[in-house]
Amino acid sequence: MDIASGLLHGFAVALQPSNVFWCFVGCLLGTVVGIMPGLGPAATIALLLPLTFKMDPAGGIIMLAGIYYGAKYGGSTTSILLNIPGESSSVVTCIDGYQMARKGRAGAALGIAAIASFIAGSVGVIGLTLIAPPVAAFALSFSSPEYFALMCLGLALVVLLSGTSLIKGLLALLLGLWLTSIGTDLFTAQARFIFGQATLLGGIDFMVVAIGVFAIGEVMGSIEAGEEARMLPVPRGIRNLLPNWEELRACRFAFLNGSVTGFLVGCLPGGGATISSFIAYGIEKAVSKHPEQFGKGAPEGVAAPEGANNADTGGALVPLLTLGIPSGGSTAIMLSALVLWGVKPGPLMMTESPDVFWGLVASMYIGNVVLLILNLPLVPLFAQILRLPLYVLFPVIFGISIVGAYGASGRIFDLGLLVGFGLLGYAMSKLKYPSAPLILGFVLGDAMERALRQSLMMSQGDLSALVRRPISAIMLALAVVILLIPLFGWFNRLRVRAVTENG
Amino acid sequence: MAFLKNGDVISGAVLAALGVYIVMQSRAWDYYTLDGPGPAFFPFWYGVAMVALSLLLIVNSARNSNGSSATIDWRAMGRALGTWLAFAVSVALMQFAGFLISFALFTFFIVAVIFRRPLAMAGVVAVASALAFHLIFPVALSVSLPTGPFGF
Repeated sequence: MDIASGLLHGFAVALQPSNVFWCFVGCLLGTVVGIMPGLGPAATIALLLPLTFKMDPAGGIIMLAGIYYGAKYGGSTTSILLNIPGESSSVVTCIDGYQMARKGRAGAALGIAAIASFIAGSVGVIGLTLIAPPVAAFALSFSSPEYFALMCLGLALVVLLSGTSLIKGLLALLLGLWLTSIGTDLFTAQARFIFGQATLLGGIDFMVVAIGVFAIGEVMGSIEAGEEARMLPVPRGIRNLLPNWEELRACRFAFLNGSVTGFLVGCLPGGGATISSFIAYGIEKAVSKHPEQFGKGAPEGVAAPEGANNADTGGALVPLLTLGIPSGGSTAIMLSALVLWGVKPGPLMMTESPDVFWGLVASMYIGNVVLLILNLPLVPLFAQILRLPLYVLFPVIFGISIVGAYGASGRIFDLGLLVGFGLLGYAMSKLKYPSAPLILGFVLGDAMERALRQSLMMSQGDLSALVRRPISAIMLALAVVILLIPLFGWFNRLRVRAVTENG
Repeated sequence: MAFLKNGDVISGAVLAALGVYIVMQSRAWDYYTLDGPGPAFFPFWYGVAMVALSLLLIVNSARNSNGSSATIDWRAMGRALGTWLAFAVSVALMQFAGFLISFALFTFFIVAVIFRRPLAMAGVVAVASALAFHLIFPVALSVSLPTGPFGF
């Protein structure tokens, strides 16, 4: 199936009434979640995952993806109106978005954010449509050593970019590898790390870990912060949400910059929307004729990061769908969802599950239009969500967490684990251990161990087999370089600055 | 010995102990079999890496410690840990009292104690949210939740 016929097939799937409905539900939920500080897209996808078990895989992944990119659209609202980012990827939007709002241009800032999100989101999906097939074709030649090397490279990038301390990132990753080892060894049926509990023979449910670390950990952090902010007024009426011609003209390069930067950074495991938004903002400021305006309400300072934030989605789905390698927490949960539905992300996904692959890609074109409609005229309505008292919101999140963790297995034991992982998530955030490497280690650990052991079986224990094949040798060398370059002071200072600014 | 109060030192020590446990456990399993690497192969190496990195974290942290510790807002942290403790108790209670009652009590605690709202308001929020969960999940969506002696 070539790209054009694949995309046509995808639209036939995505335009089925039920899938349009799930796309709308996902975008709506994503927008709501994006607006609410204290609950991120990864946590929401994890929380709602059990509800999709009975759904058709195409509908389920369309809805989860809608939450993923919808949250990015919604995240700008709180940045602009409250100076509080709804998501970490909207941190940089606060800088100029809130200043625009203080000058009475809140409507224009929200409008620019929505338009930039639409343009860059669409560019990101076009990039995904065009890049994914050749990447998948290239990956068909991969065998166990290449997969092992690819996972090492992906995890090294995630560790490099997810926190200020490389050591803590690596320790979080190793913790994830250990957690995924708990249970029965697939090769020999040896029980590992089960502490005498037969319930652990089947391993720890991914959702218990994801909901505990993300949702419970995040809510505990928010309860600790306990601050309520004062919201700036939201202009009503579509006319007041549209930027003027001068502002749009000022943003024309920012739309392009955000789209390209966001997509390219998104393709890198660990890159993520937060980093891409900062890079796009930095580029915009560097090439601007009036950089002194940045930080004081420059429209380009909203357009570039918001564009990058949304173009990143298309990029992040390239490694997930074509190689089976998630680039962050949200995509790691989507990978688990696909596996639970019996769909195997990787180079064969396009041919084995064309409904899911092309249906998802096509639904993102539709989702971007849905989000533009939702986010321009309905922003004042969504902003009312911010008036929901936290003492109502937080117990509800705990309740949904219980439903999510218990619904999958029906075991109280899993709720006990949820309590433990909630504390772990909170402790990690307090001690500045990044959570993304833990989740990715947990998701990829099994496949990584399998690929390593298969490689060594094929080579009868000869470790050099991992570097004899050129692709795996290059990827392993890159992984080593990535983990060693922070030893160079100037690079580490640059890296720490980028990661620290990410908040 | 101010460095012993350092979070990095404590977490490093905990992770080092976990790494030692992983290595010790893996020694009980086959490291290499006739077919290839055994179940101990992978855990052994990430356990070793965990011990090494944890010790590196402790050494780095102790070396960089200047004796002054960051200010901790114990009151704020108490709110978070109090919430967690209430959550743990409500989960423990769930197998005896069921979801509805445990969750209502948990919500009451959050609203009345953590957010210091009036008891009447806490009661209304607790009952309303627990009932809403019951009606949405077990009743409308047939999603099972822990049940108590009263069947809910």
